[in-house]
Amino acid sequence: MKKKKAIEVKTQTVGRNRRNFLKVSGLALAGSGLLLASCDNDDDGGYMMPDGTFDLGSGDVGVLNYAYALEQLEAAFYTNVVNGSFYASASSEEKAILEALYNHEVNHREWFKAAIGANVPNESMRLTSDLEFDFSSVDFSSRDSVLGTAQVLEDTGVSAYNGAGIYIQTPLYLTLAGKIVSVEARHAAAIRSIIAGEADYKAFAGDDVVDSNGLDLARTPAEVIDLAGGFFVTPFTYKSPMA
Amino acid sequence: MNIIKFLDEFTTERLQEPVSSRRAMLGQLGSITKKAAMVAVPFGLAATSTKVHAQESGDVPAIFNLALTLEYLEAEFYMKALDSGVLSNNARARAIYEQISQHEDAHVEFLKAALGSAAVDKPTFDFTAGGNFDPFMESAGTSMDTAYTQLLILAQAFEDTGVRAYKGQAANLIGQGGLLTAALQIHSVEARHASEIRRLRGLEGWITGDTRGAGMPEVTQAVYNGEDNISQGGVDVTSLGSGSPFSFESATQAYDEPMTGETATTIASLFIQS
Repeated sequence: MKKKKAIEVKTQTVGRNRRNFLKVSGLALAGSGLLLASCDNDDDGGYMMPDGTFDLGSGDVGVLNYAYALEQLEAAFYTNVVNGSFYASASSEEKAILEALYNHEVNHREWFKAAIGANVPNESMRLTSDLEFDFSSVDFSSRDSVLGTAQVLEDTGVSAYNGAGIYIQTPLYLTLAGKIVSVEARHAAAIRSIIAGEADYKAFAGDDVVDSNGLDLARTPAEVIDLAGGFFVTPFTYKSPMA
Repeated sequence: MNIIKFLDEFTTERLQEPVSSRRAMLGQLGSITKKAAMVAVPFGLAATSTKVHAQESGDVPAIFNLALTLEYLEAEFYMKALDSGVLSNNARARAIYEQISQHEDAHVEFLKAALGSAAVDKPTFDFTAGGNFDPFMESAGTSMDTAYTQLLILAQAFEDTGVRAYKGQAANLIGQGGLLTAALQIHSVEARHASEIRRLRGLEGWITGDTRGAGMPEVTQAVYNGEDNISQGGVDVTSLGSGSPFSFESATQAYDEPMTGETATTIASLFIQS
């Protein structure tokens, strides 16, 4: 049985080790043909558990739901940044970068919505498009807070995609994840670079994110949720590993 | 394995054919490679006439040898750049090149260790691409400014190529566990490099449409061809909503495109002497 872990959600304690989690059978997915050829038949789609906690599922669908959650988070964050007219001291370069990141992340979010909508036929197996977030830990009027949060989100996003690649079974999905993760890495480098400025010209790919083998971080869903889980209000659970 | 032999195998569909038949291809590809270097045909136009050939899924040595070839190229390029003195007046550029150089050296060692005896030998590189560039200021007539400009142009082309090349092979590594993860981890490091080099050149860190960016010579266009794709998994990503996230510019910036092994090999071949 797969070990299940629960996301930390504010005061809500969901999951813990659900040893008797609902095993939904017969949820094999038939590719809709609209987007991608097919999903692996061994996938479990996501599903709502009796207590109202959504399980992301596993395999291709699990990774799609997982990535959709992270892209919703990033898009929501940059939407707040852009709608809040940035922080007061934002330079034109910083504004241009943050606006670009907003544009890209909203596009990613809507792509996942379309992909999941077309390939996960049963709506109950899809992660909601209305995840709620709590950004009370971010001071949107502060450069350090906004850029620091952006760095965490981008570096975490890179590591999440790198770590989830092995759970993807369909080549086209893996290529699409690749198309997105390298853009996240471009973002991360730019954000790190403008934060560090002249103090550290090597920060774009600093030794804190690239190891001695020249490898970027790759994190498990559990590690990613440890870093970003505090922003999620809507509860969901995931399997670890997500296979 | 000899580099030319490897390139031959990677760029043709002859893998399944008898060795004698593949040997017959060697001379042909060797001459194409040399010719490409001498006349500096635009990146991508030196391709052999064979059809684009997706590397067979699971052919890990071939995939990793393509990666190793690109890493040899980058590693030697950054080492020579740092040794050339061309960066001596620019602390930022020098620091960036030092950091990238460290990563590319590590990638070479990592891939060589992964491949063991199957690793291709390091080629002899010609970073002038047959006399068309002088990034290391090796000729008396080349000014420091010109060399610096070319040093940045080549770095951008190599990094943006690297991102696309790794991406193009990822799906062929499905089921390979840690090897896939490692390839993805190198892929995103190349993207970090690409972003920073582009910004050092005054560009944005991401690619808009298939534009190579201000100051990039026409010969580098093959690195960017196809980046204007707006169809992601059959969905037009300019039609997912309204507003700036769905403009052609945003929609193409938001997704990097893969490159076939053949295209990546062709680009690398312009800088391979033997």
